[in-house]
Amino acid sequence: MRFWDGVSVSTQSVIQVKNLETTFFMKSGPFRAVNNISYEIGQGKTLGIVGESGCGKSVTSFSLMQLIERPGKITNGQVILNGKDLLKLSEDEMQTVRGGEMAMIFQEPMTALNPVLTIGYQIDEQILRHKKVSPQEAKERSIEMLKLVGIPSPEDRYSNYPHQLSGGMRQRAMIAMALSCNPSFLIADEPTTALDVTIQAQILELIQTIQEKLNMTVQFITHDLGVISEISDDVLVMYGGQACEKASTVEIFNNPKHPYTAALIKSRPTLGHRVQKLTTIEGTVPAPHELPKGCPFVNRCSRAKSECKDNRPPFIEVQPAHFVACFNPV
Amino acid sequence: MSNEIILDAKNVKKYFPIKKGLLLRHVGDVKAVDDVTLTVRKGESLGLVGESGCGKSTLGRTLIRLYDPTAGSIQFKGEDFVALKGEALRLKRKNIQMIFQDPYASLDPRMTIGQILRQPFEIHNILEPSQRDKKVVELLETVGLKASHINRYPHEFSGGQRQRICIARAIALEPELIICDEPVSALDVSIQAQILNLLKDLQKKFNLTYIFISHDLSVIEHFCDRVAVMYLGKIVEIGSRDELFKSPQHPYTQALLAAIPRIGEGKKKIKKSLTGEVPSPINPPSGCAFHPRCSQKIDICSKKLPQLAGSNGHQKACWLYESETP
Repeated sequence: MRFWDGVSVSTQSVIQVKNLETTFFMKSGPFRAVNNISYEIGQGKTLGIVGESGCGKSVTSFSLMQLIERPGKITNGQVILNGKDLLKLSEDEMQTVRGGEMAMIFQEPMTALNPVLTIGYQIDEQILRHKKVSPQEAKERSIEMLKLVGIPSPEDRYSNYPHQLSGGMRQRAMIAMALSCNPSFLIADEPTTALDVTIQAQILELIQTIQEKLNMTVQFITHDLGVISEISDDVLVMYGGQACEKASTVEIFNNPKHPYTAALIKSRPTLGHRVQKLTTIEGTVPAPHELPKGCPFVNRCSRAKSECKDNRPPFIEVQPAHFVACFNPV
Repeated sequence: MSNEIILDAKNVKKYFPIKKGLLLRHVGDVKAVDDVTLTVRKGESLGLVGESGCGKSTLGRTLIRLYDPTAGSIQFKGEDFVALKGEALRLKRKNIQMIFQDPYASLDPRMTIGQILRQPFEIHNILEPSQRDKKVVELLETVGLKASHINRYPHEFSGGQRQRICIARAIALEPELIICDEPVSALDVSIQAQILNLLKDLQKKFNLTYIFISHDLSVIEHFCDRVAVMYLGKIVEIGSRDELFKSPQHPYTQALLAAIPRIGEGKKKIKKSLTGEVPSPINPPSGCAFHPRCSQKIDICSKKLPQLAGSNGHQKACWLYESETP
């Protein structure tokens, strides 16, 4: 059976996130960038996390990797990878997980790669850290990885510096690095946002092919509804640090329950479906310290009721496998 | 939309010289815009679309003469725009305005919104100084901001609000043509829709003509009446929105359309529509610049440059549609 045909097979979850909470302790007071997020992803599946800037989707990923720096701190929750609670590990133990079992592709390959080290050196470094191999074997493995991600003449590229590669090639090199130790769980944080559409299609195809080959579990973060629609099995919509809605991809795009999800889908011009006027969401995304007490979306919501102002709606299952946090769903 | 031609560009080229060595010898050119011919009709929105590095922004800046064209002619309302100099150019410029991509970089952080919006009137000496503030308030309200915002600084606004300020500045002198260079690319999805709707409303209200530059085909399809697709400094296909999106003819346009992810169809096997990357505009490939990536190329493609041809305003530069033999 191929993994993209939409049939969901009950598989064991590779990653389980429970009540994750990340707080930033600022001078103006603490604010929760990630507020009580829970989800799990089955083996070989892709979960797409979508939301606008500042919704907490990237902080969620960085929290999973435990790459949150001061003044931020993970203040509650569990992150269980292959049965192990990562938040209980020491930094040394976490270092063996990071880049080994769990790897991440970042948005901007130019800032994520070290400009004064060659591509090859940076991939070798990771392999040597996680696998018991000789430098020569590590080099062979690196070149093999560069070949796998479709970089032409990988032997030459091995000794190139990041600036000698184009944006698409750099992103491929990052993917090669992330996959070099056969991670069972990959986090892709806006991996194609900086790229042109035709290059984006190449990178998405590459991630999908490798995922299928290695039966890898993927968490894919983007603000692009089109990309998320094509690559994920399930979608989690975030707003103001909280989960709004989670369902299968087909369900969420055709039967959105949360007013924010519905408005977001309508506000995007879609090829072949022309409208005279786009539906807009009035107002702007609230700044972290301006978040309302109740539902974070209350001030922009057309369906808001009085209780939305003061109470936070619980994240409940309204239909099998379809979760919504809303008092007045569509 | 009328048939009056407001902007007529013929064989416009913009080369950036590459200079090397101690004597700065001229060793080559970046051919950012290479022989582009197009017309813009009054009241329409013409979309310029292509991948990064295709020359769409350079073309926009050349048409407004932020860059001087290397060759070619640009006529604005029947008048030679390239020959204008000094005072004459300055006076003409108020009829063509521009909105830039990054609203964070295109507003002076040390000026208040009032100062920013008064500047066009000061430069062109329009209105009595006492009346300018009234006009500025009017402009703010036109773009959906409040009169109380007049004494605030740019950093107090969100990206979407800043883009509204840029739009207010662009329409201040009642121009006829506005060049929008990726006006929504830096904004969040829910804000993009607000700005696109505002631009459309203003177009109706003031009978504006837009040249709309974007890499996002869904936005272009929503916004524009006619679309020109650029590749490596050249227009490869141009036509009405409906023609171009329903029956794209140039293999590059087809690939570009195929590469756009579709919303709501569920997970599927993603197939790349193009291999390789955009070649360097310093040494573009021979013949049709697209031929090394084209899946339908024939012998002649690498040898001879195809010219834009076609009927009913739908033109493409591709040998597949021409019977000529080398």
